[in-house]
Amino acid sequence: MNSDLVLRFGAGAKVFVVSLFAIVLSLIVFGIFVVLSGVNPLDVYRLMYVGAFGSWFSWQNTLLRSAPLLLTALCTALPAQMGMVIIGGEGAFVLGGLAAAAAGLLLSDMSVPALIVQGAMAIAGMCAGGAVIASAGALRHLRGVNETISSLLLSYICIAVLNQMVEGPMRDPTSLNKPSTRALPDWAMLGNIPGMDIHVGLIFGLLFCLATYMLMFHTTFGFAARMVGGNVRAARMAGLPVGRLILIVTFLGGAAAGLGGMVEVAAVQGRANATIASGYGLTGILVAFLARQNPLIVIPVAILLGGIDASGGLLQRRLDMPDASVVVLQGIIFVILLASESVQEGINLPGWFRGIKPRSSAVAVAEGAE
Amino acid sequence: MSNKLEISRRSLLLSGAVGAAGLAVSSLPFGRALAAGSLSVGFIYVGPRDDYGYNQAHAQGAVALKKLPGVKVTEEERVPETVDVEKTMESMINLDGAKLIFPTSFGYFDPYVLKLAKKYPDVTFMHCGGLWKEGEPDNAHSYFGYIDEAEYLSGIVAGHATKSKKLGFIAAKPIPQVLRNINAFTLGARSVDPAITTQVIFTGDWSMPVKEAEATNSMADQGIDVVTCHVDSPKVIVETAEKRGMFTTGYHANQAALAPKGYLTGAEWNWEALYPSFVADVLAGTTIPHLVRGGLKEKIVKTSPYGAMVGAAARKQADAVKAQLEAGTFVIFKGPIKDNKGNTVIAAGVSQGQTDIALESMSYLVEGVIGSTS
Repeated sequence: MNSDLVLRFGAGAKVFVVSLFAIVLSLIVFGIFVVLSGVNPLDVYRLMYVGAFGSWFSWQNTLLRSAPLLLTALCTALPAQMGMVIIGGEGAFVLGGLAAAAAGLLLSDMSVPALIVQGAMAIAGMCAGGAVIASAGALRHLRGVNETISSLLLSYICIAVLNQMVEGPMRDPTSLNKPSTRALPDWAMLGNIPGMDIHVGLIFGLLFCLATYMLMFHTTFGFAARMVGGNVRAARMAGLPVGRLILIVTFLGGAAAGLGGMVEVAAVQGRANATIASGYGLTGILVAFLARQNPLIVIPVAILLGGIDASGGLLQRRLDMPDASVVVLQGIIFVILLASESVQEGINLPGWFRGIKPRSSAVAVAEGAE
Repeated sequence: MSNKLEISRRSLLLSGAVGAAGLAVSSLPFGRALAAGSLSVGFIYVGPRDDYGYNQAHAQGAVALKKLPGVKVTEEERVPETVDVEKTMESMINLDGAKLIFPTSFGYFDPYVLKLAKKYPDVTFMHCGGLWKEGEPDNAHSYFGYIDEAEYLSGIVAGHATKSKKLGFIAAKPIPQVLRNINAFTLGARSVDPAITTQVIFTGDWSMPVKEAEATNSMADQGIDVVTCHVDSPKVIVETAEKRGMFTTGYHANQAALAPKGYLTGAEWNWEALYPSFVADVLAGTTIPHLVRGGLKEKIVKTSPYGAMVGAAARKQADAVKAQLEAGTFVIFKGPIKDNKGNTVIAAGVSQGQTDIALESMSYLVEGVIGSTS
């Protein structure tokens, strides 16, 4: 009962502490794994720090990699506030990118100002991504279809649509060996944040996270949405428009991922091709779960995973570790996080275990690591 | 403030010293001054470097460089064609001091290599794919090989090995590079017996192990007895074919270890011969062409050694054509050639040699191929 109160009022602080606990423990377990494969774990930790946060270059590397994750994580985190497990972020990302490319190419041919082209691309991307996830929400609400399965399957359809379009109707005939759409003109591309080597997609992601956090935790709309997540029948009894809430929140989640796809096209690739489907939507699921579905906590977690990603290369190059070792670390974090969730709630655990507060065990583990 | 002054004073002194020594160093190539003949080289692969395929072929080239004195090689695998590769290259430049980078995947070039080549003019980029165009950065280079020559030879060996006269080709996408290999393989086989057909199956992407295994099995069920492929890693196909008692010809690297009973020969890249020459050029400051291309003659591609099951007639015919290819006197795409819909695609009397630009945009499957490009 107490945890309910804490979740509502101190959601940020508590989730943060539990996530930190999971990550510290994961690093220790990963260290043991590293020792077993014959590498000094202190070298690994040092290189991970150098590669992810050790210099301004490393920071920019980390932040750039975290930008798409901020947006794709919301695709899972927002519907999760309503008790829905959506894993179709990859599909929304891909279709968002495709729609943005279509809108951008259409408008840039008509030589309208760059801001209008970019605005239209963002709207097209968000609408396409939103439509994908909202349709999973609608299927759940109207037909009782499991939203996890439907959003996953919708993802495959989106990727197939992307491939069909870039290899068929939207193909640039000069893209011989890598079928792609035509390239956006340079003037229509999104630029970098002034003074940094990071595109403005990072700002989109941060703003989207902050705005949806405010929406979900500090408005009556958000309260109603989370009430649906807590107990659908109670929400119905209270006269809440459950269907509309589900559609809006799933649309918002999809729109976030769709905007990520738009950024990928408008700031990075400059065109749509099969490369848009490169797994950002999947990593976003991990980020959302690590952040315990809290849009605000998504920010540090995305940066952390961006950092792990950024430092993975250095581990390969300096210590000759295979790329799979980074995947192992991500897997360890995920499993320990899920486990820590049950520790935190402590409901189905034996009484002697319930007495341990996550905070104190995190401190104990951290001390043990010193 | 004082720090700033000191730096500017030092750099002033330095520029003075450089000016004085200007005559002495003017023979060194600009921007490629290398500390004591040492060179840091970075390799980037799109998949795992032990994939028995595309990435392994490049990794073998990297192994050849590691043996050279004064060359330090760093490698990073499974780097997707996203900002990841841009940041990996930049990290190699900033943190490893790389002066020569091999971004080995086709999709790394545009926009990533182009962007970084402009930003780091003193780093040499050697991209695999043959994409450089006039007006693109001077320090960016792109190379590729005419591997269809080795495919033609594989086709000859396959044509001798098949009893059912049915060959199989599992390919990723119907793009020009792939179609050229399918067509060369089929032309080689049909030079043995014009009754031979090649069934082609497109899996849709470069690494689809499940679909590749399904395709191999369905080919075995159809009575196809020699199978080959153009995907990133032929491992699954070669292993499945071996289990089903089929012959295989390999691609990218040597897969003989995976199929001791069925591996006839294969079309391989010869990067271990090409890459040391690039390094030598960079160290010596020699200008490398922006587009490097070649086939058997230039030692950019090679064939796997014949398996013990390859008969004398097959060896004789393949070796004879190979000698002509190495001498540069054999043309694979020589008219008349019809596509598999009956249209003439290369008229009688027309020879399209390897450097012919028309081959770069190949969009047809030759007569004898069962399948469609769309």
